[in-house]
Formats: sequence, structure tokens, C-alpha cells
Amino acid sequence: MAAKKATKKPNVSGDELKEFYKEMLLIRRFEEKAGQLYGMGLIGGFCHLYIGQEAVVVGLEAAAEEGDKRVTSYRDHGHMLACGMDPNGVMAELTGREGGYSKGKGGSMHMFSKEKHFYGGHGIVGAQVPIGAGLAFADKYKGNGRVTFAYFGDGAANQGQVYETFNMAAIWDLPVIFVIENNQYAMGTSQARSTSSPDIYTRGEAFGIPGQVVDGMDVLAVKEAGEKAVAHCRSGNGPYILEVKTYRYRGHSMSDPAKYRTREEVQRVREERDPIERVREMLLEGKHATEEDLKAMDKEIKAVVNESAEFSKTSPLPAESELWTDIVA
Amino acid sequence: MAIEILMPALSPTMEEGTLAKWLVKEGDEVSSGDIIAEIETDKATMEFEAVDEGVIGQLMVAEGTENVAVNSIIATLLGEGEEAGAAPAPVAASTPPAPAQAEAPVAASAAAAPVPVMNLEPDWPEGTEVREQTVREALRDAMAEEMRADEDVYLMGEEVAEYQGAYKISQGLLDDFGSKRVIDTPITEHGFAGIAVGSAFAGLKPIVEFMTFNFAMQAIDQIINSAAKTLYMSGGQMGCPIVFRGPNGAAARVGAQHSQDYAAWYSQVPGLKVVMPYSASDAKGLLKAAIRDPNPVIFLENEILYGRSFEVPVLKDFTVEIGKARVWREGEDVTIVSFGIGMQYALEAADRLAEDGISAEVIDLRSLRPIDYDTVLASVMKTNRCVTVEEGWPVGSIGNHLSATIMEKAFDYLDAPVINCTGKDVPMPYAANLEKLALVTTDEVVAAVKQVTYR
Repeated sequence: MAAKKATKKPNVSGDELKEFYKEMLLIRRFEEKAGQLYGMGLIGGFCHLYIGQEAVVVGLEAAAEEGDKRVTSYRDHGHMLACGMDPNGVMAELTGREGGYSKGKGGSMHMFSKEKHFYGGHGIVGAQVPIGAGLAFADKYKGNGRVTFAYFGDGAANQGQVYETFNMAAIWDLPVIFVIENNQYAMGTSQARSTSSPDIYTRGEAFGIPGQVVDGMDVLAVKEAGEKAVAHCRSGNGPYILEVKTYRYRGHSMSDPAKYRTREEVQRVREERDPIERVREMLLEGKHATEEDLKAMDKEIKAVVNESAEFSKTSPLPAESELWTDIVA
Repeated sequence: MAIEILMPALSPTMEEGTLAKWLVKEGDEVSSGDIIAEIETDKATMEFEAVDEGVIGQLMVAEGTENVAVNSIIATLLGEGEEAGAAPAPVAASTPPAPAQAEAPVAASAAAAPVPVMNLEPDWPEGTEVREQTVREALRDAMAEEMRADEDVYLMGEEVAEYQGAYKISQGLLDDFGSKRVIDTPITEHGFAGIAVGSAFAGLKPIVEFMTFNFAMQAIDQIINSAAKTLYMSGGQMGCPIVFRGPNGAAARVGAQHSQDYAAWYSQVPGLKVVMPYSASDAKGLLKAAIRDPNPVIFLENEILYGRSFEVPVLKDFTVEIGKARVWREGEDVTIVSFGIGMQYALEAADRLAEDGISAEVIDLRSLRPIDYDTVLASVMKTNRCVTVEEGWPVGSIGNHLSATIMEKAFDYLDAPVINCTGKDVPMPYAANLEKLALVTTDEVVAAVKQVTYR
């Protein structure tokens, strides 16, 4: 079966589609390269790849405006690339080098960019949810009209602090979009085994927070839902919940043998629902791009990713004096 | 040119593994994401995916081979139009670049250390008008002054606004600053601590009141993992200017869950500043400094001290520098070091010891991170004896840390072992007599001083 087609004619320009294609492909190729560098021992520790989930961040970033904020968990490389952070700086942080976003002191799970309003990269499951509401609190306090995207997974959705945050976000009308990236597995525990109700987006009902579910493998659907959520928050109506159904192709981290799901299940999603393949077909069918055009884009992205890998290998290790800096301001 | 497929590292600790099974053969076409082999790591059997697309050229390592080093070539992949056979010879695994061996961290070196000097500077100029004020009033004034001076400062916590503060520290602030800046929270410490941290990341300067620090254990992940570590983890890009304050330690007869001193806990954490005032002037000056500090500051108060009155200077903008101890009483025979409510026992003991002709120097640390080591060391070098006093538990206490530091830096000056007077190593009992036994007492401090002065 071919990738599921959008039922109605999408309201999107060829240029925009091409942008989505390129941004998603950049994340995928970047992550593949990261996996490769991990395999070579150049990246250490934990490394959580975003492959399969690309449409979520690319769709939502398309709904964001300059100055809007985002914060996420440890599966964060895709978010950083999607909000415009430099692939060189991200890859060099993965290899723990001076040229990394955190000068090599943060690693895969801990990167930040004030410039791009990216507030991390958090390694403690669920901790980024109140932090995201806090970013929104600051925006509301300042009255600047900005919104915050607080991303978390179906696993984090069972953390107590998430519901403490829902409650406060609702009573204080905070302009925060809670984005539940439901990739169906909390590390190795399926949603069916870990989550009492299958519809996580309804969990805001008890707090009066509207929610909706969206196909996270369809970048256009994600963008449309994102726009609705952003409009809701920006006009002062308080928080909004988006449950984005997605799928991660790779393991939870690099050291995940993935015995909790079948190879066929993964293969089926790749073949039938791949978010990049879907846009690729739309580009070809809508005659927005030729095979040649797509090949050129692939080549361009490969070059960016290769450059980031090269940078991440050649950027020096942080100076030993860095051990003692940035502890207190 | 053929692409070399290398034995991957598939866990943080893997150095070699077994190539359990090939799932492709030479000449097979693969695309990125196809599983090409199963590899046994030190933890599990993992599937290994192709990264690039092409045709498998040569399988260089037979299935079932054990101890294949990470990064050795296990196969080659041919690009478009390449033919098999041109593969390079297998080479020994190249080891991943080892990080340069870090030299032992050079802490403040003992050998070349300059002679420590005591902080004997008065906190306010001589002749300044002073007035009696309670610790409670001093804390409130500090918050009000800073909120008046800086729009980004706000107060958040349980019952801080309409109730006027569970311990009346925030009395009147709601009227002065309104509900936008004095914010009642639901009873959800973890959640509101996280929200406050997020708002600090975005540039606000929150004061978070915990009704007591016992409840901050619900929030300690946000305090340590989010607030304290982010400046470092972001390579200096993003700090967290926030104050976590509230009563700490034992009150009276409130039992084990509401009577704990967290001084030593928080003082262990790099990235935090920790202060614990005793007097009203320190409460005021340190809280104002804490609110202005760009770092997360743990501000440990004490319920019993809230109603106690002290002299506070009448100055327009009075602050006390974090990291400076205060010498309350100069003496010759012994140094008593304490902080917070421990100071009450230290000062009482010094009075009683004076009657016995023992001259005690009494130092209030005030700040526990950073600690004013110089003042303590200079004093011990003069008196040659030291007793520490704190209400917290004995194991891993602030006193333990000071003893170790004194041993390291002033061993030759000591005429007796340092004694740590602490709370007892038990959960706080409820019964009045038992609670008294569990807390540190003036008698114990006097006895300890007599022991180190061999009287």
C-alpha cells in the first residue's frame, strides 16, 4: 500500500511543501549520521534519535512565529534543527566538542539557544512540562503575545508534574501548547501497557483545557492543528493540548535492542506512513518538483550533514579550564 | 569509492561485540534503514541498520565472530556503478579518539595558599542609625524593596497572597504589588517550582516561597536538575536567577516530616548558592542580595527566629554579600562556628564560657555555599581549637566538611580535634522530652568547648 493520501486537496504551496521536505529530510539525515558517529564511538553516552517523528516539529514550527518559545525532552535534535539551530553546533555538542552549543558540556540531552528561543533539551522525563509553562508564564507576565510549545512524550504524560502543570496553566490562562508526541512507546513499554486511557489529549478535560489528536505522520495536518492551537493561545484563551500520533523507527536510545515490538510493525509504518515519503509523493504528483529536483535537494542536505559531521570531528575538545567555568554566573 | 561499514558501538560502554548474524549477502542492494546484521553487545542483541544506500560489496567478518572491536571494518558498501572486489584489506580496529587525560583538578592549592584573613568588616558603617526589627519584618521589607526596584521580581507560593503568608512573611505584599506579582499557588510544589524555573529561564526573577523546606523535597528535582545545572549544561548561555526561600529545620513539636535541616543537602550542589541567616539584618541584607543574584539561591529561614528582634541598619539600600561570614564575638581560646538557629546555642555557650574564663570567638557562616573558609581558618589559626554547631544530622554535615577543611589547611595549628555539635542521628520525635534530646543544646556546645580546651 502506498502512503495514505490526504483526502482533500491540501491548501499548501509547492514552495512550502519543498521546505517541509527539506527540513524533514535534514532531520532524518542528521540523525542517521548521528547514529553512525555513535557507532564509531565519536558520540558517547545516551543518544535518542528522532527518526520517524520529523513531521511533528516541522509542522509545528511552521505554525510558530518569531519569538515563540519551545522546550522538549532528551529526544531533542529534531527540535533544534527545526527551529533553525546550526547543525554544526548541534553535531559538535553530540561529539562533546568546543564548537557545540554548550561548549561540549551539555551533550545530546542538554542544548539550548536563547537566540532561537530553544530552552532545552531536558533529561528528566516530564520536567520540561512545568518549565514550558513557566516560559509561558513569563510571556504572559510581560504581555508580549508569545506562545510556548512544551513537547513531551506519551511516557512523560504519566508524570505527576504534568497534571500539576495542567492545573496551573489552566487557572492562570498560560499561553502554552502542550504537545504530546505519542510515539506509542515509553522507552520499551507500549502505551497499551502503561496508559489507562488511549486518548491522552482528553486528559486536559478535567482542567478545562481543550485538546485534539492529530496524525503526526502528516506534516500538513500537524501544521493545521498547530495553527489552531497557536491562535487559541495567542488570543489569551489559555493552554491547549495537541496529541500528535507519531512513531519512532529507531530504538529508545542507541542501546535499545527493541524486543518490545516486531520488526514487521516498524517496517509497516516505514512503508505505509512515512512522513517524508508522503511529502515526496505530493511534490511529484503535484508536479511541484521532479525526481531531479528531489535528488538535488537530497544532495544539498547530505552536504550540510556531512559538513556538520566533519565540524564535529575537527572542532577541538573543550579546554580543560572549561571544567571550572559556568558553574555560577 | 566503497564505503566502509564499521563495527558499531551500540551502548555507552561497548568496546567489542559478536557479529551474531548477517541479514544480507554480498551483492544485496540495501537502503538506509535496512537491517543488515545482528550484533551482540555487552547487554543485548541489537539490530544494525545500514546508514547509506548501495550494494553490499564484501562481508569482511564472518557471522559468529566474537570479540570484534568497535570501529573495525565488517563490510563494504558499493555506491552507484561500483563493482565488488575493490575492497580494502581488513584493518585492525582504530580506537575512538580518547579524550586527553584530564589532569587532576587543581583546587585551591594548599601549598601556595595565601594566609587566610578574617572578615572583620562591619556590615554597615559605624554611626549608622539602627532600629529593632524582627526577622519576619526584615524578610518582608527585603522582598518589598526589591519588588519595588525591579518589575521582573515576583513572589509565588502557597498562601503568600490572600492569606498573607502561612508565617506572615509576605504580609501586605499583595496590597502593595497586586495579584500579578504576588501569586497564590495550588499545593503542588513540584509543579510551581518548575514553572518558576521556566520563568527564570525566560528572564523573570522569581522568589519561590516553600511553606516549609520539608515540602521542597517534592520539588527538589526542579531545584537541582533544572535550576542549578542549566548554566553549566548550556555552556554559560542560560542561567536561572531565582530564590527558593522558606522556613527550614525544626520548629517545635511538629514531628519527623516537618522538622529537618536541609543546609548540608543543598550545600553539596554546585550551581546553587545557599544562605542561612540568623539575625534580622542578615535576613534582610542577604535576601536582597539573593534576589539580585543571577544564580539560584536557597534561602533557609527558621520559624523560631521569625519573631526574634535584632538591630537592622536604617539604610536606603542595605545588602550583605553572599559568601562572607560574620564574626559575632572575638575571642582567643576557641572558635565556635555556626549558622542559622545554631548561632543561638553558640552565643549562649560563649556567654557561659566567659564566666568560666574561656574566651570564645563566635563565627556565623551566614552563607553555606560559598563558605567563607578564610574567616574560619584565620580564626582557628589564632585559637587552635574549633567546635561547630548546627541543627542538622551529623553524617555529612556542614561541621564534617569544615573539620575536613581545617584538617587539610590548618592541621599544624590544631591543639585538639574539631568537635561537631549536631542534631542527633534520628528522625525528629514528637514527645517534648525526646525532641529536646534530639536537638543540639547549649550544654552540649559548652561541654564540647571544655573538651577541646582540656578544661
